[in-house]
Amino acid sequence: MEFKRIMDKLNNDSLLLRLQERFGEVVRKPDLPYGLLTLETNKDQIIEVLEFLKKDEDLQFIYLTDITAVHYPEQELSMAVVYHLHSFVNKLRIRLKVYINGVNPEIPSATILWKGANWMERETYDFFGIQFLGHPDLNRILNMDDMEAFPMRKEFPLEDPNRVDKKDYFFGR
Amino acid sequence: MADSISKITANAPVYNDNDSQDELITLNLGPTHPATHGVFQNVLQMDGERIVSGVSTIGYIHRAFEKIAEHRPFYQITPLTDRLNYCSSPINNMGWHMTVEKLLNIEMPKRVDYMRVIIMELARITDHIICNGILGVDTGAFSGFLYLMHEREKIYEIYEEICGSRLTTNIGRIGGFERDFNERSFDKIRAFVKRFPAVLAEFTQLFDRNRIFIERTSGVAAVDIETALDYSWSGPILRATGLDYDVRVQEPYSSYEDFDFDIPVGTNGDVYDRYMVRNEEMRQSLRIIEQALSKLEKEPKGIFHADVPEFYLPPKEKVYNNMEALIYHFKIVMGEIETPKSEVYHAVEGANGELGFYLINDGGRSPYRLHFRRPSFVNYAMYAPMSRGMLLSDAILNMSSLNVIAGELDA
Repeated sequence: MEFKRIMDKLNNDSLLLRLQERFGEVVRKPDLPYGLLTLETNKDQIIEVLEFLKKDEDLQFIYLTDITAVHYPEQELSMAVVYHLHSFVNKLRIRLKVYINGVNPEIPSATILWKGANWMERETYDFFGIQFLGHPDLNRILNMDDMEAFPMRKEFPLEDPNRVDKKDYFFGR
Repeated sequence: MADSISKITANAPVYNDNDSQDELITLNLGPTHPATHGVFQNVLQMDGERIVSGVSTIGYIHRAFEKIAEHRPFYQITPLTDRLNYCSSPINNMGWHMTVEKLLNIEMPKRVDYMRVIIMELARITDHIICNGILGVDTGAFSGFLYLMHEREKIYEIYEEICGSRLTTNIGRIGGFERDFNERSFDKIRAFVKRFPAVLAEFTQLFDRNRIFIERTSGVAAVDIETALDYSWSGPILRATGLDYDVRVQEPYSSYEDFDFDIPVGTNGDVYDRYMVRNEEMRQSLRIIEQALSKLEKEPKGIFHADVPEFYLPPKEKVYNNMEALIYHFKIVMGEIETPKSEVYHAVEGANGELGFYLINDGGRSPYRLHFRRPSFVNYAMYAPMSRGMLLSDAILNMSSLNVIAGELDA
């Protein structure tokens, strides 16, 4: 596999500039928590953005580090799908967030770009109930198949709420 | 034969009584098969000795760590990380501490960094000892495993000296270590560094040029760089394909930039290359430990944590006798500390690859969301697809050399 050598290494500023040049308003709310460029985008364009990041000759974000999700029940778009990508030649990471509707969460699958997205998306589906459209095998992966709830959503209690042995009054609270 | 393979699609069971292929038999490899070294189930469709397709079933020891972590203060999450990759718990512990320290902007003293490097490299050695030892057992050579396991015991004794426990170590605190390394532990580390190269040489002599071993492993489960990157592989198995991605060099943490070491890479990405890469990594780890020991001698003695009383749990005797320590202890335990509302991703080079912690903090008592990027989980995704067309005995070796740890796979 040939990696193109890059004379001018990309940094967070030039990366952001490139993305804004190419996508305009589609990538927004740039943030830099602890030096990791974080951008927000839409679910309709996410594959396009990921593909650009992966295949552009200067960017080369060829490595999909992680896909996961976060649940924000108080927000209107209550589900955030988070992608972490890594560009080896630039020594740079990027984080992309897509906020989607939490009632019927749907987002296109990244399995067409990376086969490794398969299990990451299955795990995210398993815990958050996010439908990855176009995923070849979207089944539960860590939980049992006949489970009905999506346990990482905030409304799902950590312990059985019917338990009485851990009530506060046993501890004088 | 070629026909039956081309009909199969990945991750779809194919057995059908009405099908003309009905001579395929279904084989349940696992979940408690002695050759899988852990709770792994693969439902395989077999054509004689050859695997036609397979489906990995995982999650047998899923313990919902991410959910539990949302209900625990930061310092109580360390014991959860112990139980991810339990063959090298200290790396997980340190990775978690460093994630929180990054969030809290804690600057660590160099001495603590070097002490952490020693512990992490010892942990890497234990993990590779397990993997390569077991690989030997699976190819039919039991004795090499015993030589190495004896040395793992010595490393566990070092852990014991430092933190009191052996497997689920819970080493260190957020902000440093709970206590300084005592003289005896330094002696044990030095003794280990002195003794281990000879043992490793003895082990590699048994295998490296062993004809049976080479014929069982060379060319088995060979993966090229493109496929490995497509599946987001990391760690020794990615480096065995020839790509030199190592988090310790790519994004140095815990002062790894101060050390001089090489990243071994393979060429074919087969089981033999993975074995060779792990052996060389053990030697490089020893190099790093030696350098760290000599660097420690130049550092001022007695520093084993950063000066951050608001985040570092004070020692118990101070809590009982000192007002400030009591206040800080109370605040940390009750979750009254001020933490930035932000998010942080921190990755360390675990023994199996990039171990990442994605932490979202809302300023509360516990993380709003904590996600573990577990290398075993990501690496194992390729196992069933790559087993297609492989002999069952090769697939067993392939699983050993991937070094998938059930605790890390299922979190």
